[in-house]
Amino acid sequence: MANLVSSIQFADPYFSVLLLLIIAVGMSVGFVFLSQALGPRKYDRIKYSVYECGVDPFTSASVRVSVKFYLVALLFLLFDLETAFLYPWAVLFRDLGLFGFIEMTIFVGILLVGLVYAWKKGALDWQ
Amino acid sequence: MEPILFIVFGAIAVGGAIMVVTRRHPMSSALFLILTLFAVAALFVLRQAHFLAAIQVIVYAGAVVVLFIFVIMLINVPENKLPLERLTGFRFLGIMVAGLFILEAALVARRFATPGTPTADSGSVEAVGRALFTDYLLAFEVTSVLLLAAVIGAIALAKKRI
Amino acid sequence: MAPISIDAAALLTSVQSIVPEIIVVATAIFVLLLDLAISEEKKHLLCGMGLLGIGVALFSVYALGQGRIEGFSGMIVHDGMGAFFDVVILSACALTFLMATGYSEWEGTHKGEFYSLILLSTSGMMFMAKGTDLMTVFLGLETLSIPIYVLVGFHRNRMSSLEGALKYFLLGAFASGFLLYGIALIYAVTGTTKIPVLATMLYDPRILASPLFLAGTGLLLVGFAFKVSLVPFHMWTPDAYEGAPTVVTAFMSAAVKAAAFAALIRVLLVALPGMQPVLWKVLWGLAVLTMTVGNLSALVQNNVKRLLAYSSIAHAGYILVGLVSGDVLGGQASLFYLLVYAFMNMGAFGVVMLIAQKEDEGYDIANLAGIGFKYPALGALLTLFLISLGGIPPTAGFVGKFYLFSAAVKNGYIWLAVIGVLNSAASIYYYLRMVVYMYMVTPDVEVAVPRPPRILFSMALCASAVVVVVLGIIPRSVLEIAERSVLSLLM
Repeated sequence: MANLVSSIQFADPYFSVLLLLIIAVGMSVGFVFLSQALGPRKYDRIKYSVYECGVDPFTSASVRVSVKFYLVALLFLLFDLETAFLYPWAVLFRDLGLFGFIEMTIFVGILLVGLVYAWKKGALDWQ
Repeated sequence: MEPILFIVFGAIAVGGAIMVVTRRHPMSSALFLILTLFAVAALFVLRQAHFLAAIQVIVYAGAVVVLFIFVIMLINVPENKLPLERLTGFRFLGIMVAGLFILEAALVARRFATPGTPTADSGSVEAVGRALFTDYLLAFEVTSVLLLAAVIGAIALAKKRI
Repeated sequence: MAPISIDAAALLTSVQSIVPEIIVVATAIFVLLLDLAISEEKKHLLCGMGLLGIGVALFSVYALGQGRIEGFSGMIVHDGMGAFFDVVILSACALTFLMATGYSEWEGTHKGEFYSLILLSTSGMMFMAKGTDLMTVFLGLETLSIPIYVLVGFHRNRMSSLEGALKYFLLGAFASGFLLYGIALIYAVTGTTKIPVLATMLYDPRILASPLFLAGTGLLLVGFAFKVSLVPFHMWTPDAYEGAPTVVTAFMSAAVKAAAFAALIRVLLVALPGMQPVLWKVLWGLAVLTMTVGNLSALVQNNVKRLLAYSSIAHAGYILVGLVSGDVLGGQASLFYLLVYAFMNMGAFGVVMLIAQKEDEGYDIANLAGIGFKYPALGALLTLFLISLGGIPPTAGFVGKFYLFSAAVKNGYIWLAVIGVLNSAASIYYYLRMVVYMYMVTPDVEVAVPRPPRILFSMALCASAVVVVVLGIIPRSVLEIAERSVLSLLM
């Protein structure tokens, strides 16, 4: 069996991706189906409430989210982009040598200024 | 195998895109957008552009759509107050333009019937990195200045007190 | 794969080619960090440090000279053209800082972010003006645009400021998209984004005839047309100009225009002369449309900021006339005019800024009534800048227009020149209308009391006035520099 799997993997490097996809989709669909098929069914008012046991919700779930989240999300996006650049750099680190290190130091350094600024200004605090 | 995968992911991408523009609730649109972006990432992989595929997932599906969702949650129009959209003049115009665009794309596809198959590693992380850190070094460093400007700008506009 | 070898000499030249830009970015970072460290009452230091950095950058441009220094595998070049626009952009930035000394105190923009964003935007402009690769041009454009979007909306409590910022941002994002899509299409056909390489590719008639390439060029043009606000891509201009803090408006009108035109000139004159017949007809139409719509709309404005916004649209049209001419003479005239325009327009905004007491209120043209005799210095300065904008001798504006239109005539665009001159004549009406208000209209209430300018502010106004007068009388040496700059492109 182990032999078979490794030989298939050898044939196509994407096989593992396909396998992952099948397992992921299969599990999520499977669980929904299983609970439908196996679970006992009872319909009453309590079953239809948001939480069957626990505190009753006292406001609607759709409230406006504070704009503070948005600033955090924006900053996340910007630093996320920075990591996207780190990725090829890490792959090439050995080939680039000192030169690559200096390149990335400048890049990260400039962005670090942004981080220091955001930090000192309290943009990361929850005012 | 490749043509089949192309058709499958292409269909998911196009289907998702249609859902994005036809859903009434913006949240459903945003979620379908993620699906479309994932399918496009898969198409990139089929064209050997691994780096682009990774960026597509990390930046677009991962971060940009999250911003969209934040905006939707910020504005948060209750379900019963969402506008009912009809086939207005603008919508008709949009469909016309989309049709025109598809026509143009078809024409282009006919002209360049067989796009050169990319070499195995032209879109790999390593190849992109090589170009980025040597020939396009300036673009790489300017990007950091651009990102810094964006950080400052975001805080200057969105923070309560600066 | 093999390790990457680095050519140290090439790297050194590369760094050398962007010394002014590095200085500007470093100043921006320094100002930003300084703002975190100093107390509220020492904020005027920020402006001073910014000015110091701009001065050093200007000196470095001078030290590098007009020789051609290519850097970063052909991504950027410091040539005569680059040096010329570095000077224009840095001067506009310096004037902005000088005026900000007073303005920031009145309107509360004494913030590290404010100065730092202006400097970052300036660095983007310089990258854009010197970029010889469409990628550099695009990145420069984005680096200049994003801070400007924020600066337009910097007065977060004024609705008009936010409205202008939002409109500018939404349309600007689309324009950037168009530009990038155009670059992508051009790359799809030619396989390159390098501007000089594109020029050699266009000897191939198959590429020239390719609809994809035409579409790409068209989209590229739309992107640029938006940034320099050519009609019909000008819709954002009046709202953004009116809403923005007035120093920012002045900065935008002078520097953004110069940078975008620099890149446009480089692309048109270096990469696309092969598209002469078709593209130049389009540019002809855009120039006529821009001049006419800009001037006609300006005629009916009563808000001085809006009036100057429409006038700046019209001026983009005049500058385009030089590009349509398509030769060294035309390019030289455009360069000269961009330099002159930066000074006269910023000067005009500067005076208006002093007279208007408050954003959103003091910019009605009636507010100018009676200023002329009561405040002779301000009246004289504004009159000087306005007649220069209108193109009346002996000002630099006249010399600039003269060269623009004569270049058009020499290249056989007689009608274009005629339309330009007619437009210019029409524009005198609304410029003089402001002068008439200052000197001949008795105010309904009291004469507005201008804000007392700071020393540095007065210096900015005087410097602009000197440039406008001196270049109006002895323009020769600057015209020669402009000519050499255009020639440096075509080498």
